[in-house]
Amino acid sequence: MPFTDTVRERLSADAREIMARYPEPRSALLPMLHLMQSEEGFVSGDGIALCAELLGLSTAEVSAVATFYSQFKRRPNGDYTIGVCTNTLCAIMGGDAIFSALQKHLGLGDGETTPDGKITLERVECNAGCDYAPVVMANWEFFDNQTPQSAKALADGLRLGEDIAPTRGASKVCTFKEISRVLAGFSDGRADEGVGAGPATLRGTELARERGWTAPSAPATAPTTTGEQEG
Amino acid sequence: MATTLTPILSEFWDEPESWTLRTYESHGGYQALRTALARKPEEIVDLVKASGLRGRGGAGFPAGLKWSFLPAPDGGPRYLVVNADESEPGTCKDIPLLMASPQTLLEGMVIACYAIRAERAFVYLRGEVVHVYRRLLRALEEARGAGYVGRNILGSGFDLEIVMHAGAGAYICGEETALLDSLEGRRGQPRLKPPFPAVAGLYSRPTVVNNVESIASVPSIVHNGPDWFQDMGTERSTGFGLFSLSGHVKRPGQYEAPLGITLRELLDMAGGLRDGNELKFWTPGGSSTPLFTAEHLDVPLDFESVAAAGSMLGTRALQIFDHTTCVVRAVLRWMEFYQHESCGKCTPCREGTYWMTQVLRSLEAGEGSPEDLDKLLDVCDNVLGRSFCPLGDGATSCVTSSLQYFRDEYLSHLTHGGCPFDPMESTLFAGASA
Ligand SMILES: Cc1cc2nc3c(=O)[nH]c(=O)nc-3n(C[C@H](O)[C@H](O)[C@H](O)COP(=O)(O)O)c2cc1C
Ligand code: SF4
Repeated sequence: MPFTDTVRERLSADAREIMARYPEPRSALLPMLHLMQSEEGFVSGDGIALCAELLGLSTAEVSAVATFYSQFKRRPNGDYTIGVCTNTLCAIMGGDAIFSALQKHLGLGDGETTPDGKITLERVECNAGCDYAPVVMANWEFFDNQTPQSAKALADGLRLGEDIAPTRGASKVCTFKEISRVLAGFSDGRADEGVGAGPATLRGTELARERGWTAPSAPATAPTTTGEQEG
Repeated sequence: MATTLTPILSEFWDEPESWTLRTYESHGGYQALRTALARKPEEIVDLVKASGLRGRGGAGFPAGLKWSFLPAPDGGPRYLVVNADESEPGTCKDIPLLMASPQTLLEGMVIACYAIRAERAFVYLRGEVVHVYRRLLRALEEARGAGYVGRNILGSGFDLEIVMHAGAGAYICGEETALLDSLEGRRGQPRLKPPFPAVAGLYSRPTVVNNVESIASVPSIVHNGPDWFQDMGTERSTGFGLFSLSGHVKRPGQYEAPLGITLRELLDMAGGLRDGNELKFWTPGGSSTPLFTAEHLDVPLDFESVAAAGSMLGTRALQIFDHTTCVVRAVLRWMEFYQHESCGKCTPCREGTYWMTQVLRSLEAGEGSPEDLDKLLDVCDNVLGRSFCPLGDGATSCVTSSLQYFRDEYLSHLTHGGCPFDPMESTLFAGASA
């Protein structure tokens, strides 16, 4: 559905704000595509045309970029993407079992969306949370140390519209459109929510404190540049 | 003496609201910036050079040396780009660092930009970690509010603007030149080197690309001096780093220690393997580094020693697998990843990862033949050293090393007519009713 004039103006104003962040406007393209997803829940032909027009590119050039990146959706996404890490470590730690449990529970294949438009199920690659394996991402928020049961409960809760707090993240999982706007660089004021670190992140810090281990103390003299140079 | 942990970056991660400027300042944050601004930019480059700090993003290139490669200022723009794409399987250090203390990175960036005379800097964060992006946006807002970023920083006359940029899901964008193309709003495909980014990087201008942890280490080096840094680690792998233990260990997590610590020492700290289980194989530095086994428990985890033992220190991403794990399944899954993430620009990588995935799939299903193992090695020969960027090379590591140590296990899939392992046994919830 083509954008109404009001929507178009609003998106264009936001896009210009993004473009102004960069020395060259084309650098704004990825955040602009996130912005289009925040409006439509995916990158539509209209979204591509608007990006192209604002940046002075052809729609083919914008499409070539949009299709390269896995976060940009070419079909309407659900309100919540549940991404199960099935890269090696998470898969072995239980990610494969979680993914197949969710597939069965939701009746979805990889990349499919429930008929009510609530949940899109995906396999995702390593999301830098390996010390919390198996990891499930809900709209790119961390759900650590998951089991098939906990993942099904997560899916059910999101489907019912409950507020669900990630293990490490904001105080609730926001919608796909909402987080897409954040990824376009527009703060939603939730940065101070949630924890700074989960238990695995703190293992070394806490162990060191318990055993009284510290980094060497700073030398009494001011820093010099005459330290022995390594070969 | 046994090696002990050295919490520096991770020192105050357990404080409430560790990510705020207030917490950071209460731990001496931005003192190093004051020290740096009182000195000449070249002196800071020399100091980082003297520390021996090597890049923490995988390749281990000396950071100070990289900075000194920038051509003399010509009046045009120069850039610092921080690589926060963290997507190498097993690597999970930069993301927790940024979630817990983004100000450490910001202070490092301001110092680095002052040193290389850059007035614009970017953080390229992978797009799949929305809360970390929120923390970065907020950290920048706070630092700007306090005058650490912006015009005339702390009255020094130095100006710096920083942009937090979210990517959109592509492992290859971690490769520094693909990252630059992506940051320019293009498909993320590697560029031919030379020219190196130091000469022609972002918008073809002189650019330094460094990993998050590399830049976050800079404030401590400036504050304490290069000798302090060199007192940790080994002669050629100086300083400290985050060692990330994951998989079948009792207490997985981040352990900040001097380079040269061993897996045996780290496992001891992490409570060892799950009860009754034996170490089977592990990656020293992510999925692109050749596998190690229990024979390598005492290899010092520094750049030289790991290389001498046949692998690479990489990102210190220690993925630990016990004897319940099928190595063929592990390697197949990694290969599917490389096939999926290959950018398609060059034939050896694009076709090689495709073929290896096919062959591994049939082997895992018990349908191949013993000759397939040689076929795999053959394909590896055609990919390694013939690919346009290191992604292709990295894809061969798990294949060649697993065949070196576990050839019989591949063959047992054929005699068994499929995988002889029970996948449930290797899960975190093994034993619990699933
Ligand atoms: C396929 C591939 C992926 C990479 N991913 C990352 C990454 O996520 N983060 C990173 O810092 N370096 C990554 N690198 C290494 C970068 O190309 C580059 O060496 C590094 O950012 C330089 O920073 P450093 O010298 O501080 O380590 C990757 C390299 C390749 C070939
Ligand atoms: S090696 Fe792979 S990822 Fe690298 S340029 Fe070639 S096809 Fe692309």
